[in-house]
Amino acid sequence: MSTIATQPARALTGSSWQHSKRRRALIARIVALIILLLGGILFFMPFLYMLSTSLKLQKDVFNPNWIPHPIAWNNYKDALTSAPFGTYFKNTAIITFFAVAGNVLSASLVAYSFARLRWPGRDFWFGVVLATMILPGIVTMIPRYILFSKIGWVNTFLPLTVPAWLGGSTLYIFLLRQFYRGIPMDLSEAARIDGAGELRIWWQIIMPLARPALAAVTIFAFNGAWDDYMDPLIYLHDESLYTLQLGLTTFKAGGGGVPEWHWMMAASLVVLLPVVIIFFAGQKYFIEGVTLTGIKG
Amino acid sequence: MAGVAVSTPHKTYKRPWLTQTRREAAYGYLFALPFIIGFLALTLGPMIFSLYASFTKYNIVSAPEWTGLDNYQTIFQYDDTFRIALKNTFFYVIVKTPLAIALSLFLAILLNLENLPFKRIFRTVYYLPSVLTGVAAVFLWVWVLNPEGLLNRGLSLLHIPGPNWFYDPNWSKPGLIVMAMWYIGTPMLIFLAGLNGIPQQLYEAAEIDGAGTIRKFWSVTIPLLSPTIFYLVVTNIIGAFQVFTSAYVVSNTAGSAPGDPAQSLLFYEIYLYQRAFQHLEMGYACALAWILFAIVMVITGFQLWLAKRWVYYES
Repeated sequence: MSTIATQPARALTGSSWQHSKRRRALIARIVALIILLLGGILFFMPFLYMLSTSLKLQKDVFNPNWIPHPIAWNNYKDALTSAPFGTYFKNTAIITFFAVAGNVLSASLVAYSFARLRWPGRDFWFGVVLATMILPGIVTMIPRYILFSKIGWVNTFLPLTVPAWLGGSTLYIFLLRQFYRGIPMDLSEAARIDGAGELRIWWQIIMPLARPALAAVTIFAFNGAWDDYMDPLIYLHDESLYTLQLGLTTFKAGGGGVPEWHWMMAASLVVLLPVVIIFFAGQKYFIEGVTLTGIKG
Repeated sequence: MAGVAVSTPHKTYKRPWLTQTRREAAYGYLFALPFIIGFLALTLGPMIFSLYASFTKYNIVSAPEWTGLDNYQTIFQYDDTFRIALKNTFFYVIVKTPLAIALSLFLAILLNLENLPFKRIFRTVYYLPSVLTGVAAVFLWVWVLNPEGLLNRGLSLLHIPGPNWFYDPNWSKPGLIVMAMWYIGTPMLIFLAGLNGIPQQLYEAAEIDGAGTIRKFWSVTIPLLSPTIFYLVVTNIIGAFQVFTSAYVVSNTAGSAPGDPAQSLLFYEIYLYQRAFQHLEMGYACALAWILFAIVMVITGFQLWLAKRWVYYES
């Protein structure tokens, strides 16, 4: 009724109203574009600065030129041979592989239980998952270290990989549970009638359907393990066990107190590269995954 | 048939013990077991032990020695470093959190405009830094914020004299906060998802009622986004209280000891790390951890209480 009543009034001023609205939207778009462009340049410049510095001679690093002259390609070789970066890379790759595999498999299995099976106590344990999500890690850091040192795991990769197999990060459990709940229950029922066990339903029906969410968790877990600094710092003391992140910090010790910026930028760029590649390869899933974690307020 | 069944009760059809319900429950427990074991062994157990250890003197090698409230008393009465660490941490939380939330919301609103060109490219550029969190990215920022680095060079083009950032105790925390702004991509994406969920009709209805842009922002966007804002404020504050890697690596790169320059980057978790792993005072460090935990819980609880007043849930 009311829409009919307002119709004539809007028809009268409609065209100019629409016109000014469209103009305002256009202006807003142009202003937004300018701000986003300037901000985008600010956000991106550090990468170019890093690349530029990494190709300069040490005496030129404070020279404001963007294009290095001469281009010191040797920096990369020198930086990466100044410490056993091959070993650091191998260690990081091993830890990352086992941490990612553990996170993806165990978080998926646990999420399946919370999302698609009914069992007494389920809601209680899911509450525990949510509580653990916001639990500050600082309260478990020291007693965990004490536990791992008592069972002789300090100076091994185990403290960095085994926890991933025990449910992994609760954030991943939460994220996968949200996704699994969206898969129609009929699929599981039909499979049960056909005689499939839960393990088979999980592995052959749910896992393939949840590929985007699993991809997101894989990427998150990869970055988490690759970029982790604190756990390796606490648990890995032998230089032969160092990860790339720990290896990088050996730079500050060299050069008689003056940081070797050209080498540091070269080595840092190499360490960042795998994460950047994975980011671009999996960007779609990544963004979906972040979105999924924030859906619930 | 019925008569036969009654005369031979042992042959009646009995429900199998393992019903579908029971089978499902058994699998439910089994599949959740990794988490349950992990929680008990790596979270709850350690927390209980840590609470006990906080009342002892303990260096891992010898057995814990019960000292009652000594650790807590020392911390609150005599520990000046604790006070510095707490002050630094609060400064970081209070300045960084609102800045990060406001800036990421602002970016999300711009990116959410209809028919904005290059939307995906912008989203990528602003989100990319968020995945680069290790030592390499900290090195990059120590270099960008070098007294003669990229940022100060840019400021000098605008005739603004740049500070010495990580080499000046008054500017080191602001420097760390500038660096933290590079990581607002994650809240930005979460805000974008929240903005996507606001029905367009609400804006149209507000327009017909004569609401302008600012009015629409405060009366439509903010209330409907309030659960997202709440979630991000809570998680960002908890995260900011535990700042470690960036400050630790900055101190060791620009200065020579954790907390440099002049203890201005000595944050709570760095102090705790020093007490635990450099001085092996595990009991004392556990007490420190529980104090921070209590502070974070009180603040989170307060926010939950406050949320009832301002967070708007549709249902």
